[in-house]
Amino acid sequence: MMFLSLQHRDPMLKKRDDFEDMLEERRNSSDLRYALRCYTPVLYKGLAPCKASMLKSMVLQSDQLHHVIGQVSRETGRAADDVQEEASAILEEMAHCLQLSTVRFFAFTLSKVFKTLFRSICVNEEGIQRLQQAIQEHPVVLLPSHRSYMDFLLMSYILYTYDIALPVIAAGMDFMGMKFVGEMLRMSGAFFIRRSFGGDKLYWSVFSEYVKTMLKNGFAPVEFFLEGTRSRTSKSLTPKLGLLNIVMDPYLKGEVYDINVVPVSISYERILEEALYAREMLGVPKPKESTSGLFKARKVLSEDYGSIHVYFGQPVSVRSLAQGRVNRCQFNLVPRHIPRRPSEEIQSFVNDSAYRLVRAQEENMVLKPWVLLASLLLQNHHQDQTAGQKRGMVLEELTAQAVWLRDMFREYGAFLHWPVVLLDICVGGQVKPGEPHSTVTPEEELLSQAVIVLSCASYRNQGLHVFLRPALLASAINAASSNLKQEVFNSFSFLRNMFSNEFILCPGATVQDFEEACYLLVKTGALQVTQQELLVTERGQRTVAFLTSMLDPFLQGYQVVCRFLCEEATENLTEKQFVPAVRKFIIKHLLAGRLRYTEVLSSDLQKNSLAALLRLGAVQKIKGRIKLSKVTYSSVFLLRTCVNLTYNC
Amino acid sequence: MLGNTSDRQRIAQQRLRIIAGHLQGPVDGDSAILAAECKAQGSKTDVCREGKTVPRRRQEIMKWNGWGYSDSKFLFNKKGQAEFTGKRYRLSGMIIPGLKDWMEGTFGANLQHKTPATPLLTSSAVQPATLNKAFLEELKSTGIPFSHDAEDRVFRAHGHCLHEIFALREGKFGRVPDMVVWPNCHNDVVKIVELACKHNVCVIPYGGGTSVSSALECPPEETRSIVSLDTSQMNRILWIDEKNLTAHVEAGIVGQDLERLLNESGYCTGHEPDSMEFSSLGGWVATRASGMKKNIYGNIEDLVIHIRMVTPRGVIEKSCQGPRMSTGPDIHHFIMGSEGTLGVVTEVTMKIRPMPEYQKYGSVVFPNFEQGVACLREVAKQRCAPASIRLMDNEQFKFGHALKPQVSSIFTSFLDGLKTFYITKFKGFDPNRLCVATLLFEGDREKVLQHEKQVYDIAAKFGGLAAGEDNGQRGYMLTFVIAYLRDLGMDYYVIGESFETSVPWDRVLDICRNVKARIIQECKDKGVQFPPLSTCRVTQTYDTGACVYFYFAFNYRGLSDPVHVYEQVEHAAREEILANGGSLSHHHGVGKLRKEWMRDTVSNVGVGMLKSVKDYVDPDNIFGNRNLL
Repeated sequence: MMFLSLQHRDPMLKKRDDFEDMLEERRNSSDLRYALRCYTPVLYKGLAPCKASMLKSMVLQSDQLHHVIGQVSRETGRAADDVQEEASAILEEMAHCLQLSTVRFFAFTLSKVFKTLFRSICVNEEGIQRLQQAIQEHPVVLLPSHRSYMDFLLMSYILYTYDIALPVIAAGMDFMGMKFVGEMLRMSGAFFIRRSFGGDKLYWSVFSEYVKTMLKNGFAPVEFFLEGTRSRTSKSLTPKLGLLNIVMDPYLKGEVYDINVVPVSISYERILEEALYAREMLGVPKPKESTSGLFKARKVLSEDYGSIHVYFGQPVSVRSLAQGRVNRCQFNLVPRHIPRRPSEEIQSFVNDSAYRLVRAQEENMVLKPWVLLASLLLQNHHQDQTAGQKRGMVLEELTAQAVWLRDMFREYGAFLHWPVVLLDICVGGQVKPGEPHSTVTPEEELLSQAVIVLSCASYRNQGLHVFLRPALLASAINAASSNLKQEVFNSFSFLRNMFSNEFILCPGATVQDFEEACYLLVKTGALQVTQQELLVTERGQRTVAFLTSMLDPFLQGYQVVCRFLCEEATENLTEKQFVPAVRKFIIKHLLAGRLRYTEVLSSDLQKNSLAALLRLGAVQKIKGRIKLSKVTYSSVFLLRTCVNLTYNC
Repeated sequence: MLGNTSDRQRIAQQRLRIIAGHLQGPVDGDSAILAAECKAQGSKTDVCREGKTVPRRRQEIMKWNGWGYSDSKFLFNKKGQAEFTGKRYRLSGMIIPGLKDWMEGTFGANLQHKTPATPLLTSSAVQPATLNKAFLEELKSTGIPFSHDAEDRVFRAHGHCLHEIFALREGKFGRVPDMVVWPNCHNDVVKIVELACKHNVCVIPYGGGTSVSSALECPPEETRSIVSLDTSQMNRILWIDEKNLTAHVEAGIVGQDLERLLNESGYCTGHEPDSMEFSSLGGWVATRASGMKKNIYGNIEDLVIHIRMVTPRGVIEKSCQGPRMSTGPDIHHFIMGSEGTLGVVTEVTMKIRPMPEYQKYGSVVFPNFEQGVACLREVAKQRCAPASIRLMDNEQFKFGHALKPQVSSIFTSFLDGLKTFYITKFKGFDPNRLCVATLLFEGDREKVLQHEKQVYDIAAKFGGLAAGEDNGQRGYMLTFVIAYLRDLGMDYYVIGESFETSVPWDRVLDICRNVKARIIQECKDKGVQFPPLSTCRVTQTYDTGACVYFYFAFNYRGLSDPVHVYEQVEHAAREEILANGGSLSHHHGVGKLRKEWMRDTVSNVGVGMLKSVKDYVDPDNIFGNRNLL
């Protein structure tokens, strides 16, 4: 079942485009002239030009909406006109009204802001050219990664600069709360969707028809975030499938010949919201989006956020993704405008595609030296903690390790941006994650240290995807009771399964991932694979140790959640109470020195582990309460294995 | 019904003119009509076999490696102008000035680069016949004519799929029938089938040979002697029943003869498939054929009243001619579409209609294809479709334009220019988007005019402009000559084919766009060096959907195996059709070309039902052409 016969393409051979700094021109020429320049983007070949208002009437007159209005009116006993009006109101609330003048306003102000905030905004111009080509051929969907509020303004800014059709962007309703700004965003192409509208047929119908109408007519590229929300940890989030389902639908139903999906990787050297995120994950709630909040936040303008790299990936044809996967004949027997739950075949196709696309985003994320340094410093910090010392690292040692790590990253195909000139870090003596300043209680001290650790971790996380698979393998080798290939594979498979809410691991690709991991470790000389066994080589020890300790904090996080559920969970633990309760439990253990990693305080980690345990059937959700599944033997066994495994590691 | 003889004669003349205009090429109208009239009078008494189109040795008048009559073909003359030879068609003997530019422009073809066909059939290249001696001996004693001449056998080994013609042009022959028999009547067929069963000989019925589904290809794995049963000599109208408006006809008759003979008695069937010059009544039944005027007369399944078929189990037929029966599943529907796998259709009773008094062509130009489809849909909704209504897309409109013969007077060319100016400049139609619908109205003069107005009014709602009778007529003429054009293309590295489907109305635009795009993409992926011609037209309307025809051709210079590439592209196009809710076939049939999709099309149980019928009717697979299943 798992032989290395399958030759993996060496990730080092991945060809990537060069970057151009688009701010450079902005620094040398007039922003005003730039904002007012002639803007004539190329358009989709089949485009019948239409105004935003015409779009609305097309949506309201669509067969699909008519059908659903009829259905809702029959079910609720309301008059059809009444429901129609509601639909119209929903659309009014949702629809964008893209105006070039607003875009020009943004072009001007953002130029000023970006120049202050960032050293450079680097874009791969070849990617832009590919996008331009793609837009003419087929309707285009843009899928940027989501790390910051900046993302979509930045996207539109770039597309405006390169004279490419401005996208319409699916944005969360929370922006609407910001008076004025919400409207500004609307006029720059954002359309607003409610965060949840589970059972609301009418809402879903208006929304999906709106998106599809824009897409089918080639009105504009449709842009949305596969991850659904900003990643607070800099790891990619498990993709949300709703919108992807909607945009793929016109292809599957034959309403367009093909759709080009373009993954875009936006890498920030430093994320604007970085401190906010860490606090949020430690339990300080995120501030509500408000205009005044935005103005208060203007102090960020005085800080240096380094550079941004935006990589427009290879357009992916939905047709080629679906080739041999989906039988489109399944739509032959029911009128296409009647909404139906997607078949299992389609659900699994969309799900797999979503993972592929997120991985494509990950692959082209640019990694800065900070990512490597943060990884090393964090590991060192943890070792210090275990040893009870506060040593930090000597700069020379850090440099040497960083160079070693850099080479490993390269071997694994990471997209590294390594400066030619050596960094002029003016840090004297030893480097270590910062020390908390004035402290009152041990708990507060712990929390303020955690803020720093979590910020550091978010740098490290940017590079996690590069060696996730080898790290899973390394941990599996450590955890397995023998070197037998089958044993290692079993524990790899278990770990992978457990972590599939935490990292981007395509469902059902266990064997491929295992092979990829083996390939990489063998290639770098860390592993020997014989007929029966996997053996770590002499020089591989260091690599394997490093990789294992990369995953350690996560393993401990899952373990502690398991322990919490076994030991402390009461009968009436609701989902809402879960995070605070776990947090309390963890703080107790951290203060008692029974836990090594402050990182496990991250609510993100806790939520993911709960989701994983739910998925694995170890716990159940009954009427909003979390319960251990007592009946199932397997779940108890699973929990045990979890705990044991992590102890072993 | 009519007042006096002169009146009757006048009307008869008019009718004949209509038919002549529609079918043949009345170079000098009057004399042709008179001649036909004489013959009609003569033939009244004995329903005769004079003037029949198809001789036993078909190769005497038809091409052995191309479409149609030997005397009719396109060629580039010494001046480099295209012309159509012969005297049979409207276009015959005319210069077509636009064709060269169109071919060069559309395909990148070049008159310097020729790919001529092998001129003569070399008999030695044909596999020697495997003869079943005992069968042969007994057949001889029946006196039914037969032949194992190589030319006769090769002629019946193929239909008109691209790969079949391409191989012939290269002088390559695969498995061919071992002999040809020409039964003269139903009883002859009974004898032949009995002998075939007795001696275990494979029989492949052959009608007009116009199949485009590989249905006539001999299965290469067939080891028995293969007999091609050519029905062409069973071509009489046995009787006409004017009270019930039916005619009893032998199934070997070809469309043009059937129509002509019935016309002589003042009737018609109205069944006019594009291949009607050569395709036979039995073939129509065996493939579920459709005619272009089905809106008035119906498709073959609507026209047939009674069928007689000889099977290995005996003769199957109904006991009466009731117009409709509730007697279990209609056994006619086992026969129609059986594609020669169950037996030979020998005699058919068909509905006939009095010939229409008046016929009028017409055409409408639409600003784009979408509007055109919307108009056809509305016409279908109001159930006011003319005898024929077809919508060509922009590429096909241009193609039709390229086939305009040289205009004789400056005045006509001036008028043409004026029309173009009006449509493109004054009405703002984009010449690269506009498309044209061709119309054919038939019936009483007054009703036709009324009908015409109704259709043009609907068209106007969708931005359509009436574009004259001439454009319409040329559109229909194209159907008859397009098959000849493929031979011209093949002389210059261009290969192509048409295929069809039927699809619900809401899918028409999507399927047209997607299939055309798929063809272009596949050509590119398969290394075709020149952009292909990928075009379509909507040729039939129904209450719930339409029939769509795709034409696809490309210049194959630079390809080592063009036929293979062609087949891959056509395969992909069919997959695209099915994925877009189109049917496997509207009227071409399945044959062997589309067999692989039958199971998905009719479900496992469906295939099982068909199989069990085959197993009962023909347990020894005497009718072993292996079509359909």
